[in-house]
Amino acid sequence: MSDSLEHASATAPGPGDTDEEASRSAVTYTVGLVFALLLTAASFMVSQAHLLWQPGLSVGLAVLAIAQMGVHLVFFLHLNSGPDSHNNVLALAFGLLIVTLVVGGSLWIMANLNANMMPESAVMEMQR
Amino acid sequence: MGKLTWAAIPLDNPIQMGASLFVVLFIGSILAIVTWKGWWRYLWSEWLTSTDHKRIGVMYVLLALLMLLRGFIDAIMMRSQLAIAAGGAQGYLPPEHYDQIFSAHGTIMIFFMAMPFMVGLMNFVVPLQLGVRDVAFPVLNAVSLWLTATGALLVNVSLVVGEFARTGWLAYPPLSELQFSPGVGVDYYLWSLQIAGVGTLLAGINFVTTILKLRAPGMGYMRMPVFCWTALAANLLIVAAFPILTATLGMLLLDRYIGAHFFTNDAGGNAMLYFNLIWAWGHPEVYILILPAFGIFSEVIATFSGKNLFGYRSMVMATMAICILSFMVWLHHFFTMGAGANVNAFFGMMTMIIAIPTGVKVFNWLFTLYGGRIRFEVPVLWSIGFMVTFVIGGLTGVLMAVPPADFVLHNSVFLVAHFHNVIIGGVLFGAMAGYNYWFPKVFGFTLNKRLGQLSFWCWLIGFYLAFMPLYILGLFGMTRRMQHYANTAWQPYLVVAEVGAIVILVGILATIAQLTVSIRTRARHRDLTGDPWNGRTLEWSTASPPPRYNFAVMPRVESQDAFAYMKQNGTAAVPPGEYEPIELPSNSPNGFVTAFFAVITGFALIWHIWWMAIGALAGAGVTLLMFGWFERVELKISAEQLAKDDRARLSRMSVA
Amino acid sequence: MRIVVSYGFWIFLLSDIIMFSALFAAYAVLSGQTAGGPSAHSLFQLRHVGVETVCLLFSSYTCGLAILFLARRRLKDASILFGLTFVLGVIFVSLEFSEFAAMVAQGAGPSRSAFLSAFFSLVGLHGAHVTAGLLWLTFMMAQLKAKGPRPFVLRRILCFSLFWHALDIIWVAVMSLVYLMGARV
Repeated sequence: MSDSLEHASATAPGPGDTDEEASRSAVTYTVGLVFALLLTAASFMVSQAHLLWQPGLSVGLAVLAIAQMGVHLVFFLHLNSGPDSHNNVLALAFGLLIVTLVVGGSLWIMANLNANMMPESAVMEMQR
Repeated sequence: MGKLTWAAIPLDNPIQMGASLFVVLFIGSILAIVTWKGWWRYLWSEWLTSTDHKRIGVMYVLLALLMLLRGFIDAIMMRSQLAIAAGGAQGYLPPEHYDQIFSAHGTIMIFFMAMPFMVGLMNFVVPLQLGVRDVAFPVLNAVSLWLTATGALLVNVSLVVGEFARTGWLAYPPLSELQFSPGVGVDYYLWSLQIAGVGTLLAGINFVTTILKLRAPGMGYMRMPVFCWTALAANLLIVAAFPILTATLGMLLLDRYIGAHFFTNDAGGNAMLYFNLIWAWGHPEVYILILPAFGIFSEVIATFSGKNLFGYRSMVMATMAICILSFMVWLHHFFTMGAGANVNAFFGMMTMIIAIPTGVKVFNWLFTLYGGRIRFEVPVLWSIGFMVTFVIGGLTGVLMAVPPADFVLHNSVFLVAHFHNVIIGGVLFGAMAGYNYWFPKVFGFTLNKRLGQLSFWCWLIGFYLAFMPLYILGLFGMTRRMQHYANTAWQPYLVVAEVGAIVILVGILATIAQLTVSIRTRARHRDLTGDPWNGRTLEWSTASPPPRYNFAVMPRVESQDAFAYMKQNGTAAVPPGEYEPIELPSNSPNGFVTAFFAVITGFALIWHIWWMAIGALAGAGVTLLMFGWFERVELKISAEQLAKDDRARLSRMSVA
Repeated sequence: MRIVVSYGFWIFLLSDIIMFSALFAAYAVLSGQTAGGPSAHSLFQLRHVGVETVCLLFSSYTCGLAILFLARRRLKDASILFGLTFVLGVIFVSLEFSEFAAMVAQGAGPSRSAFLSAFFSLVGLHGAHVTAGLLWLTFMMAQLKAKGPRPFVLRRILCFSLFWHALDIIWVAVMSLVYLMGARV
């Protein structure tokens, strides 16, 4: 590495990682915290009270979870649409694609395999 | 000492004892020679603690070549066994031993030969092609190397102390569970791969960061050499796929060590889940192996045709398409497991689709050759051999992508022929092309051409003799992993295959001879200009071998094929205006010491020697903290030194 | 240099998330395999989960604030907030550990059934990451005290904060898809 680009300035956190401190303030974190708390409470309520159509429960929880993750990414990790975040967003998108393929693909494949290959007794046990 | 007793040494088995003695004597004599000649100081400070990507690359390739020999011995043992074990004859290898041999062969060839070869070539070449001084995280690079070496060492220790897995190179449960494999073999397999896997993952992170964040000024994405694009795709796949391997092997380890029930037959375990997850890693793995090889061929073909690579854009798109698609085909490895027609159809179609971008690449290579002034140097021979051989192998793959066809051919030797066809024809031929192509850059002298040609022809002819019969036998119904067979009509084919293996052996010996002869005659074949092949990319603009810092002044890149452009415009040999002092990371024992503790931890865990495992882990932890506490010392190189080195390089260039 | 290091760490985090997703996939496939043993519904105590979630979330918050203070070179305040982060993390780990111990005591350990194997490894791996993070945090606080806000120290603290936030993101998935799904009425 040639002459280092060290500055003694801010270690503004987050993947975008520029020196701009303006957008980093305690307010951002506090707003994120409040949103996250609200979404967490909503998740608990959805799970424990009959607020959602039951068969759609997993989708509801998933949506709330994704929303919470989004809050973390934007408010705590400062992931935004600026040019400095570009590579990070791309990498995240790639990662999410892989996660979707692996988890979704596995669920689809295993459901089919289990349906075709599991002995009768085990299939009965798997009904929830 | 846990499960470890003196009985672990295979005194009753003459073949294993012979091999063990050979390994021990081999390593022992190397250590003795190094000590007697007083080379420890040099080795330690110049190689074992090096954080230089070039040195690390050389060590990876050296590991790969050694493991090629080990894996090949396994191969020729198997071929010999099958050539004689027809009808009533049992051959010379009992099943318990034969099973370990094919498992070791696959594990070593994929994880400790093919992977290190490609990673080693990428290590040496990518920073040079990008016009930078090193990878993003040089100390981490060293750690990756030494963890990989740890895995290789553990697998070879299993030869001397204990046994290896008998479960094939992927260790499918329930056979690999404790109930059916109570010995230490599967544990050797699992811990070697877990440790080496961490090393590989770290290397993946290193290279993705290097390629995306560190490039010479002016080198936008579309000016990167194609080898760097394929390296990027391969390393993205490493980052995405290896965690799945770690998780899955980890689950199997939990089954074996704490009685978990992920894949057991009882208490709700599901062995099919293992197949699904391991192949979700396994398919991207083979693309991790082949993509760098594709990149090597692109570089070699363009250079020796004296032209730009045809269709740069489409090459890039094809590469990234393969990267993404490789995560959408994995079920084709277990069509017969019973997921049903819909699932099989989807993955069958995706498998066919992934053949398309590869086809695009083949056409691009052909169009690059067409109209060029082709120089038939050794790397070009390997490239042409690759194109023919890999296409055949790819076609048989697309054939098996049709689920009904696969139901006939799955786990037959047709499959074995297919994957050897693409891995040898693709990965190995690519490795040899890269080895011959970049050797002068690495060591400063070219390799002997005649012996290189001999090696190529032996490999080519030997490969076809060894594997074409297997396609036929697969269609006849011969299954893979058979220690002997009843149908004597198969024997002639297997004898031909054995002859093929012997021809390949001659090819390997020719490569060894090529190296020794080239070293002896190196004075006559020095590469003085740094550019023996009239190369097109930036690595050829440095001295051979390049100085520690690669470039005295970072090159300014104006186009694709940056060096060719510089030569055309007469800016290649112009000394830069001024030099500025630079800093480089100094050596670090971090990698070697970490690996030392990793070997002990792995060995202890395998043999259930808990106090040793905890101690070694603690040692590794303390080492990490100690190295982390102190800020790294940088090596400073003055402007005067840079100017002096550069003047020498430029004068050599103008002389030649 | 900072950008390079944090990008490399970001890639590492993505690889870690993929590792967790393989375990999530295993959990999703095996969650019904209770082999006649205890099921999610009978085992999960949402009160604990709620406290754990709030602790981890607040620890992410304090970590973020600590980084802000660090950026403004208010080292004493940063240390206090890192200390809070540490305490909240310790509470999380202790609660999780006691939950695991209780389950093992009632015969619902990882070797009881495939569901429990998957549960313990997924949640346990997350807990192990949190524990490692706490050790890392201790080391960084010590290094900050001893060496001051040198660039290489700040880079590593930045990586730690990325790690810590990512762990909270993974916990969101664990909380929702393991505990809340499992304990639904």
